[in-house]
Amino acid sequence: MSVLVYVENAEGKFKKSIFEVVSYAAAIAEQLKTELIAISIGNVNQADLSSLGKYGATKVLNVSNDKLKSFVNQAYASIIAEAAQKEGSTLVVFSNTFSAKGLAPRVAVKLKAGLADSAVELPEMDNDKFLIKKTAFSGKAFAIVELVSPIKVITLNPNSYQLKESGSTGKVEDFTPEFKESDFRTMITEIVRASDKIALPDAELVVSAGRGMKGPENWGMIEELASVLGAATACSKPVSDAGWRPHEEHVGQTGIAVSPNLYIAIGISGAIQHLAGVSSSKTIVVINKDPEAPFFKVADYGIVGDAFEVIPKLIEAIKAYKSNS
Amino acid sequence: MKVLVCVSNVPDTTTKVTFSGDNTQFNTAGVQYILNPYDEIALARAIELTEGGKGTVTIIHVGEISSEPTIRKALAIGADDAVRVNSAPRDAYFVAAQIADYAKDKGFEMILTGRESIDYNGSQLASMIGEFMDIPSISIIKKLDIDGNQASLVREIEGGKEMLKVSFPFVASCAEGVAEPKIPNMRGIMSARTKPLEIIEASSVEKLLDFKSYSIPAPRGSVTMLGVDETEKLVDLLHTKSKVI
Repeated sequence: MSVLVYVENAEGKFKKSIFEVVSYAAAIAEQLKTELIAISIGNVNQADLSSLGKYGATKVLNVSNDKLKSFVNQAYASIIAEAAQKEGSTLVVFSNTFSAKGLAPRVAVKLKAGLADSAVELPEMDNDKFLIKKTAFSGKAFAIVELVSPIKVITLNPNSYQLKESGSTGKVEDFTPEFKESDFRTMITEIVRASDKIALPDAELVVSAGRGMKGPENWGMIEELASVLGAATACSKPVSDAGWRPHEEHVGQTGIAVSPNLYIAIGISGAIQHLAGVSSSKTIVVINKDPEAPFFKVADYGIVGDAFEVIPKLIEAIKAYKSNS
Repeated sequence: MKVLVCVSNVPDTTTKVTFSGDNTQFNTAGVQYILNPYDEIALARAIELTEGGKGTVTIIHVGEISSEPTIRKALAIGADDAVRVNSAPRDAYFVAAQIADYAKDKGFEMILTGRESIDYNGSQLASMIGEFMDIPSISIIKKLDIDGNQASLVREIEGGKEMLKVSFPFVASCAEGVAEPKIPNMRGIMSARTKPLEIIEASSVEKLLDFKSYSIPAPRGSVTMLGVDETEKLVDLLHTKSKVI
């Protein structure tokens, strides 16, 4: 028996969400009184691999092969399922990233495992039951799912579990999987990363703006606010529909759901569909000139005022805070 | 080219979500059901790619008779025919197994889904269908073009995008950017009534999980209102009280 955690890398490096999922899987392994094994696919250096031990992985399987340099979900799924079988894993855990959405369900089918996606807490494992809380109805609710299969798969939402340093260094072992040529029918031709920006799904701080900004030409101050804070930028649906901002910034029920530590909403009234996507943010600040904007009802802090007046002041206040700290 | 589009029937986006039976069931009283918004995007692209005699679009839905208006809407938008697997959609694994079972010998070049349904948000279906059928699956695409005997796609990744090519057949889940949803016209609505809708029974699938209960996020404490000139105080509160910066 063991718990297996897949540690996804981005250009050879692990992001914070990966340390979160290792910490999370380590806590489950401890409760189950078993070992946590991590599996990495791609080119990650030995030091980074063994550093996963700090978060509780006792063993790190390293699959490094030129053919696997870029992500091919079908092949990666075969490898993870093969490792799970060889290691006798009864639970496989992923961070709920874009790639994991193409990977975890394939692994679940291979292992005939019940899959709980978008988990937000540790499972409850009393009396041989395995209950897990996940987001549902696009953030409007939570569901408790019971996994009844012998092997189980979980994907953990980023920013929902605290990092926990427990162990020391992990033992890195090379793992040589069996290849199936038919697993390589997709080919990545190019990857484009906006290196100067913080990715919205991973962001701990988010500055989001809506129609109250009047037009795309006014986004300069939103970007400046995000930049002084070290935050990602986001927007409401009308803004992305109008083409003022790209679709991947659209937060809400039909866009993406985020759960940052801080969500600052500027000139967004707070339609139910938008609120669904931000309800698991830890702290919400709303700036809107309409005191009746529904967003104030779910905010922690509110300022009734014109964005064009408030934002420059807020930027100055943050700069002053940053220079003093 | 034969395209299969998987559609689900979901509560309207304005629905206030409540539960009944001691929080074990979604309360459907007064809820308006719609075609899942992401499935509309997949359907719109399937129609664009097959227009002008270049192919056909078949709709598949796993659900009970109550969801037939959603299937008819998909036909009104422009699909050629539809199949309903007559069973409640228990979970993604069950639905994927039904769709794979239907599609396995039909020769579809492409199977499209929405990126997720807006009720359970699993984002599981496309990958599971791909695995059941042992064909490639690409999740959360933003662009889909046909290029001879293969497709070019753009997939979303954290902070960027990935361009890829895949040979037929494959499954993909579609997000915003793939196409603009189409609104059915009167001719479409009229013809939808007579387009073929086949009803098939579900095959049996092992049960791996159970939805036990639901809850609503806890309401926040009351809002602290600040003045336009109190941005310094706001920054201080975010640092000392909320501890988020």
